[in-house]
Amino acid sequence: MQTLDKDEAVEQATFDQRISDEQKIEPTDWMPDDYRKNLIRQMSQHAHSEVIGMQPEGNWITRAPTLRRKAVLLSKVQDEAGHGLYLYSATESLGITRSQMIDALQSGKAKYASIFNYPTLTWADIGAIGWLVDGAAIVNQITLQRTSYGPYARAMVRICKEESFHQRQGYEIMTVLAHGTQVQKQMAQDAMNRNWWPSLMMFGPHDSESAHSSRSMGWKIKRMSNDDLRQKFIDQTVPQIEALGLDMPDPLIKWNEERGHYDSGEINWEEFYQVINGAGPCNYQRIKHHKAAHSEGEWVREAVRSYRQKQQDKKTENAA
Amino acid sequence: MSQEQLAVYEVFIRSNRGLDHKHVGSLHAESPEHALMYARDCYIRRSEGVSIWVVESTNITASQEDDIESFVDPMDDKPYRHATHYVLPDNVTGM
Ligand SMILES: [Fe+2]
Ligand SMILES: [Fe+2]
Repeated sequence: MQTLDKDEAVEQATFDQRISDEQKIEPTDWMPDDYRKNLIRQMSQHAHSEVIGMQPEGNWITRAPTLRRKAVLLSKVQDEAGHGLYLYSATESLGITRSQMIDALQSGKAKYASIFNYPTLTWADIGAIGWLVDGAAIVNQITLQRTSYGPYARAMVRICKEESFHQRQGYEIMTVLAHGTQVQKQMAQDAMNRNWWPSLMMFGPHDSESAHSSRSMGWKIKRMSNDDLRQKFIDQTVPQIEALGLDMPDPLIKWNEERGHYDSGEINWEEFYQVINGAGPCNYQRIKHHKAAHSEGEWVREAVRSYRQKQQDKKTENAA
Repeated sequence: MSQEQLAVYEVFIRSNRGLDHKHVGSLHAESPEHALMYARDCYIRRSEGVSIWVVESTNITASQEDDIESFVDPMDDKPYRHATHYVLPDNVTGM
């Protein structure tokens, strides 16, 4: 697609006006280089998270306790693959290719949500992930439906619609376990405790520490700050923990009448940076598996390419 | 030259920034540029849109409605793909 060349200052002014008028930016519009770069970083990271996120859950598909649970989990993981596709395609509209993005993921240049570098030790982890991890993702994604880049916003609308069952199926698993035998209840408690902090880390560093946050807010790529999103998640989740009858994963969680929010303890940021920078329990395994799956799938892509070549050759032969 | 010798183009219009392009109809034209001008004149006379796509109809590969049952599974037997399938306790909100 093509657009007319205009003076850059005029373009910048038009862009700024669109942002301040809550208008979406579309792929053929002029946009500042840094806006494009920032979007590519955030959107590809989001896409990678959807794809890598299939691994910890995929770990339990063959071991789901009932056929129904297995079908539900399969459906959910299938949705996540689709979310990866929507997001990669939307990111490609910014002028980066799929293979560039996959290279960046596999070489460690691009990040993905650090929560997926933790192992899924028991079946209860599948409940905790659906409930807490998808729950945290939904809090973020709901605000991103209003992000300033059109293709990203539209992908988010589609994704939010599909996410709706992910969290509930997780909570249902937790409810059954929490009301089960003592051992099952303990399993639920343990999975929640282990997944709680990494779920809070999904919202990223504190606003004061976040390198990209304020600029992204200015461009309306992000619509709510990391800390505000995290607080929103804590506020909605604490009553859900109470309803399960489980103990709080953080002894400092307490309703603060004055603030109108729950107070909670401080995240272990050292752990956060360690995991982000590759030293989490499963970082190595996740990328190794991605590389293996990608290269094992090469023969399919190869077959598609050579079929296409054959069809083209046939066409030119017939035309000659 | 009769109309039928011209290519048919399908017209898609984005009514507002941020929205998807929607199919609005088709027209005959001799080139994509021509189709774009026609589409502008035919379909945007009352500020119906901010962006137009034209695609030659022959470039569209479509499913057949007759085949839809064998081609697209509506997944009606998978109610668990919907949030409403999961019953939450009354005291649980925010999900
Ligand atoms: Fe997802
Ligand atoms: Fe999900």
